[in-house]
Amino acid sequence: MAQAIAFYTLSALILGFAVLVITARSSVHSVLFLVVDFLFVAALYVLLGAQFVAIIQVIVYAGGIVVLYLFVVMLVNLKRPPEAHRDKRRLARLGAALAVVVLVEIVAIAFYGYVGPSPVEAAPGALATGNVEQVGMMLYTDYLVPFEVASMLLLVAMVGAIVLTRRNL
Amino acid sequence: MITPSHYLILSAVLFAIGIIGVMVRRNIIIILMSIELILNAVNINLVAFSAQLQNAVGQVFALFVICVAAAEAAVGLGIILAFFRNKETINIDEMNLMRW
Amino acid sequence: MIDLLVIPLIKIVFVLTGVLITVMYLVLLERKVQAWVQSRLGPMRVGPHGVLQPVADVLKLFVKEDITPVRVDVWVYTAAPIIVLVPALIAFAVIPFGGEVHLFGKTISLRIADINVGLLYITAVASIGVYGIILAGWSSNSKYPLLAGLRSSAQLISYEVAVTLTLVSVILTAGTLSMVGIVEAQAASRVWFAFVQPLALVIYVIAGLAETNRSPFDLPEAEQELVGGFHTEYSGMRFALFFLAEYTNMIIVSAVATTLFFGGWLRPFPNVAWLWWLDYVPSWIWFTVKTFLVLYLFLWIRATLPRYRYDQLMRIGWKVLIPLALANIVVTGIVKVLL
Repeated sequence: MAQAIAFYTLSALILGFAVLVITARSSVHSVLFLVVDFLFVAALYVLLGAQFVAIIQVIVYAGGIVVLYLFVVMLVNLKRPPEAHRDKRRLARLGAALAVVVLVEIVAIAFYGYVGPSPVEAAPGALATGNVEQVGMMLYTDYLVPFEVASMLLLVAMVGAIVLTRRNL
Repeated sequence: MITPSHYLILSAVLFAIGIIGVMVRRNIIIILMSIELILNAVNINLVAFSAQLQNAVGQVFALFVICVAAAEAAVGLGIILAFFRNKETINIDEMNLMRW
Repeated sequence: MIDLLVIPLIKIVFVLTGVLITVMYLVLLERKVQAWVQSRLGPMRVGPHGVLQPVADVLKLFVKEDITPVRVDVWVYTAAPIIVLVPALIAFAVIPFGGEVHLFGKTISLRIADINVGLLYITAVASIGVYGIILAGWSSNSKYPLLAGLRSSAQLISYEVAVTLTLVSVILTAGTLSMVGIVEAQAASRVWFAFVQPLALVIYVIAGLAETNRSPFDLPEAEQELVGGFHTEYSGMRFALFFLAEYTNMIIVSAVATTLFFGGWLRPFPNVAWLWWLDYVPSWIWFTVKTFLVLYLFLWIRATLPRYRYDQLMRIGWKVLIPLALANIVVTGIVKVLL
């Protein structure tokens, strides 16, 4: 019961703020709505019992990536609003309609293709080890190679971002 | 009773909102942020299934998705800044330097 | 029901009141300590030896006129001080103030919440607090606050990496992410982590100074530089919130240093037999004394050292502290495996 209330409230807030992200006039407001959206997604992860992913979502996504977006939005602060020029060939309404078609398709797959619904609950008490220990064990034993490759990826991205934004190439 | 279908629907709607954002908006930073919404929708899916199957693999995969999103955001914003220095615009309809 | 709702609410009220009063008197303490270092007396007029000075300050800030400049983004301008203050206050939810006490037949643990990712929670709320500074600088619609806000937040996110890396080495030593677990690990190994991880302690104190925009890293808000920094256009109660947030952050950094490195609520010298009478001192008094000693260190550093230039500051953060913290993690890992 409490879980249902929490889930519906969080989903309404997540989807509401997501709509605000794509419809806000000012870019800075969009970025702020994105931060709040990510915080509510982190709360949803806590509801699902994934506390480590929730905290990483707040630290990395909401507290790192979106700060980067905010910095760039402020650095490209323009006098002329960016949406002034409109390409005649753009078919924005067709794009939105296609997105709705994708949504209907996915919902149909979710309803008709799903076999045997079972309750989803956060069961931290039932597990012998905590969530952080489980994720950590799996990350360092079964998935060690992807872990190291991810660190290589981040190194490459860091070097790439620095090279791209230097003034004197 | 909250079944995984509920989480699937939530992530599908968030995915669709992200796609609408990519298609409709012309400000390239908003387009990149809509891509982040899409990645979050996928993460919600992964974590929901991980909770249902009581296996932490989904959460490990979600961590990798967050890591890739960070790399992509850094490089993407670097490209935007480099482009902005050459041509003072962030309107994606005006970013057509290749055809003159 | 009572255990789930009423007791945490009472704890929250206690903690918030305590924090706010401590912050008020911390401002006075800072002025007094700086004055005594500089061979003068500090505030002496209001109340005996200036003890009622914080009350006068609070009254002044409350009745000051609330000026909002034209053409600011009103929602963001109003929200920025709140976004800076709230994360600083909610970080107190995981700090263990003491062990267990027995009151009215119940065992009450002197912490609001003991979550299994406590240390990461503090890092998370610190990274949310950065937004308030950027938004305060941007929404003031003025050049100096914008520059100062961007500078200050760049400093914060740089030193956040160094802080998190030192926390990783403490987590490796303790084996758990929960704050209570770390103190209990210190109790079990009978030695404070300040002696096991001295380099981590030094890096944490330096990076903590930079995280809270304190001297010698307070260029973004120094009066001689960018006018008033990111809070130039704020006056009255809004400025008071920024001020509160800075001192609350200082208390958080000190409390985390106490918990991680100085044994939290444990008494010193647990092995020495003839100090048995120290056991009668309540655990929260040990915690408070240790936190105040670390706070005094912060005030002392402010009164002593000159300020770093911004490029020197960033150089220290990226080129000195982060490699040292990484080396510390590697050495800790090797020692943990070999022993």
